[in-house]
Amino acid sequence: MSAIVIFLALIAAVVGWWLSHQRLMSKPWLEAGPVTAFPETEASLMHPAKIGLGVFLAVVGTLFALLISAYFMRMVYADWQPAPVPKILWLNTAMLVLASIALQGAVSAAHKGQPDNLRLALLIGALASVAFLGGQLLAWRDFAAEGYFATENPATSFFYLLTAMHGLHIIGGLVALGRVNFRAWQSARSETLVLPTELCAMYWHVLLVVWVVLFCVLMGWAADLIDICRGLLT
Amino acid sequence: MVDLTPHGAGPISAAEVAEVELYHPHGWWTKYVFSQDAKVIAIQYAGTATAIGLVALVLSWLMRLKLGFPDTFASITPDTYYQFMTMHGMIMVIYLLTALFLGGFGNYLIPLMVGARDMVFPYVNMLSFWIYLLAVLVLAGSFFAPGGPTGAGWTLYPPQAITSGTPGGQDWGIILMLVSLILFIVGFTMGGLNYVVTVLQGRTRGMTLMRLPLTVWGIFTATVMALLAFPALFVACVMMLFDRVIGSSFFMPAIVEMGTNPLPHDGGSPIMFQHLFWFFGHPEVYIVALPAFGIVSDLISTHARKNIFGYRMMVWAIIGIGALSFVVWAHHMYVSGMHPYFGFFFATTTLIIAIPTAIKVYNWVLTLWRGDIHLTIPMLFALAFIVTFVNGGLTGLFLGNVVVDVPLAQTMFVVAHFHMVMGVAPILVVFGAIYHWYPKVTGRMLNEAMGRFHFWVTFLGAYLIFFPMHYVGLVGVPRRYPEIGDTAFVPPSVHTLNEFITIAALVVGFAQMVFLFNLLWSIRHGRPAGDNPWRATTLEWQTAGTPPPHGNFGKELPVVYRWAYDYSVPGASEDFIPQNDPRPRTQGGSA
Ligand code: HEM
Ligand SMILES: [Cu+2]
Repeated sequence: MSAIVIFLALIAAVVGWWLSHQRLMSKPWLEAGPVTAFPETEASLMHPAKIGLGVFLAVVGTLFALLISAYFMRMVYADWQPAPVPKILWLNTAMLVLASIALQGAVSAAHKGQPDNLRLALLIGALASVAFLGGQLLAWRDFAAEGYFATENPATSFFYLLTAMHGLHIIGGLVALGRVNFRAWQSARSETLVLPTELCAMYWHVLLVVWVVLFCVLMGWAADLIDICRGLLT
Repeated sequence: MVDLTPHGAGPISAAEVAEVELYHPHGWWTKYVFSQDAKVIAIQYAGTATAIGLVALVLSWLMRLKLGFPDTFASITPDTYYQFMTMHGMIMVIYLLTALFLGGFGNYLIPLMVGARDMVFPYVNMLSFWIYLLAVLVLAGSFFAPGGPTGAGWTLYPPQAITSGTPGGQDWGIILMLVSLILFIVGFTMGGLNYVVTVLQGRTRGMTLMRLPLTVWGIFTATVMALLAFPALFVACVMMLFDRVIGSSFFMPAIVEMGTNPLPHDGGSPIMFQHLFWFFGHPEVYIVALPAFGIVSDLISTHARKNIFGYRMMVWAIIGIGALSFVVWAHHMYVSGMHPYFGFFFATTTLIIAIPTAIKVYNWVLTLWRGDIHLTIPMLFALAFIVTFVNGGLTGLFLGNVVVDVPLAQTMFVVAHFHMVMGVAPILVVFGAIYHWYPKVTGRMLNEAMGRFHFWVTFLGAYLIFFPMHYVGLVGVPRRYPEIGDTAFVPPSVHTLNEFITIAALVVGFAQMVFLFNLLWSIRHGRPAGDNPWRATTLEWQTAGTPPPHGNFGKELPVVYRWAYDYSVPGASEDFIPQNDPRPRTQGGSA
């Protein structure tokens, strides 16, 4: 359970930092009157959707941290035989990086009010993500063709489970991104799309990070890293 | 006293708060069925939770009948008993209490109490309810599936949960249970995002965090915890579903069923499931408890006409409990064999949680101290909660000790303990809260005579049920046994007690029917309540009408000038000053 404990510690740090700005030490019973004296304790001006997405991504992070915890817990048992990871995952990773970069480009296009660039960037982002998903399916096919089915060994079961979970999240994101694409092609006014584009970009960046971590876990690097840390500690 | 009210400052214009887009319903369907108004969603949540809760109540009668009169109820086989027990436990903890506190009270109270027009994402909020309903239907459907519902115990421990010796293990039961839980979690996450972000971003002007009523603090913190804890159950359910459906071996060790039939699994780790389950399961206890704590604080303060004692400490305690409860999960696994150092760590953190909890109890008592206590029905339930909680807390200290826990772990003592703390105590708060807020929801008071009858029978009855059960456990009667027969260590008094407990359970159950009748009857025949029958300070009582209209408040959102507990302020002409009253304290409430 170390992965999840570390992840929660991170969340606790963020929450603690935020709470420390909320005047938890104040004595509200002595402070009747308008709060103009402490403006920073009011609801922030950030758009609720951004905060909502942030909270949701924390939940997503928890989910994957738990899956990784389970992975590490399970891998110490004797029957664990890691299988060679399909090569195509490298290409898929590149696709996801491309999608993230494209969406970041879309954000700046939306801010600058360049509808053409915005459309193009959004389209590239969506296509690259679809390519990523297609690549994952190919990876499954290759994997199965080599005889690694989901029940073969816990390591292979985890391979399917982790990639499926991540893929489902990308699919969910694509629904939103599809809608943004649609709106971008419909209207020339890019300022209405600033927020949705930013939300998509934020989601994609986090899913990219999640994927990179999963990739390290599946490649066995994460386990190596832990071994090295252990070695340093003892 | 620092009164920050500037001289002659008019009310601050509400226009400075970003208005949340409101969805306006157009027809009957979007107003009452596919509604995006949090108040309607709250009632839908509460109604569904009550309905499935009644199923769990009936199951508890059936179990009690079997335990009290094993020969008369020979038709309840051990298998059926397990199924009843599993469904009863799971429904009560998750589909009733969690859904009711967060989906029911959370939806109704958060927007009103923080001064918002609605939740921030109304559409997602509506989806949350419908997915919850689907989860409940899938769960209820398992009663009709071939093989019946699962009988794995509410902890669903593998390997037994998915082997054929367990009812529903190789049939549909366990699959439907897992699917239903997964749906519940998806639905809850949608609602939970709303509750959290509404507290963060939907607060009206002047509603700083330290002016929030404790009810909101409790529900808010519980929601944050639930958002972080439910994923563990989600992961556990998904992996178990893999094991059961496609035959992987996440949790399943190599196993030979019925002596002859080897299952396809190999080398899986049941302990891993326990870690995941209790990583969710322990916070779950506080997910139910924190809203209860918050609500009780407000009930006590309002009905004792006194400011809550130690508001700051109450807030810190809520946050502290929330944080600590994530690092104690393994105290449920003392008997599963673990390194003694870990056992020590978890036992210590468990006992440390008792500190903030004790602080809360002291503060409630100190609030009551020399208060102008009105023994209204909500107050009666609040007092009953405190008594029950202290009681259960004491037996909990026993179980938090590794040495004591080991011999008592699987006896009826544990059953009695957790029913006291997580069954009876929160349910008492639910009742108190319903008597308190029903006038706001319907515009009418609940009938007083029926209410008092309901209170006394429920409160005393709960003790008649669960007190003797501690004793039954101490002499060693194991839990999850439909009958104990003539075992040497069981004295005959236990059989008499079992019959007694069963009768008490039936009587308490009957009192709940009176309560449900009261709920329906009072909608039409209750005494009209007016806008603020309890003369309370919080914003939900200051709405433009009762029940509050769509959009909650009138043209302008209220602006908050004070905390939620200005009761019996010396010098004020009324014994309460609403949170949106701009006048300085000493003049507040004057005509
Ligand atoms: C009148 C009220 C209730 C009665 C008579 C009752 C009765 C019972 C009985 C007889 C059992 C089985 C004990 C065993 O054989 O091991 C049980 C189990 C359980 N009950 Fe209740 N109960 C009531 C209310 C509640 C409530 C409100 C909750 C909510 C937290 C709850 C949660 C549970 C749980 C979690 C289990 C354990 C199931 C398992 O072992 O898998 N009960 N109850
Ligand atoms: Cu616990």
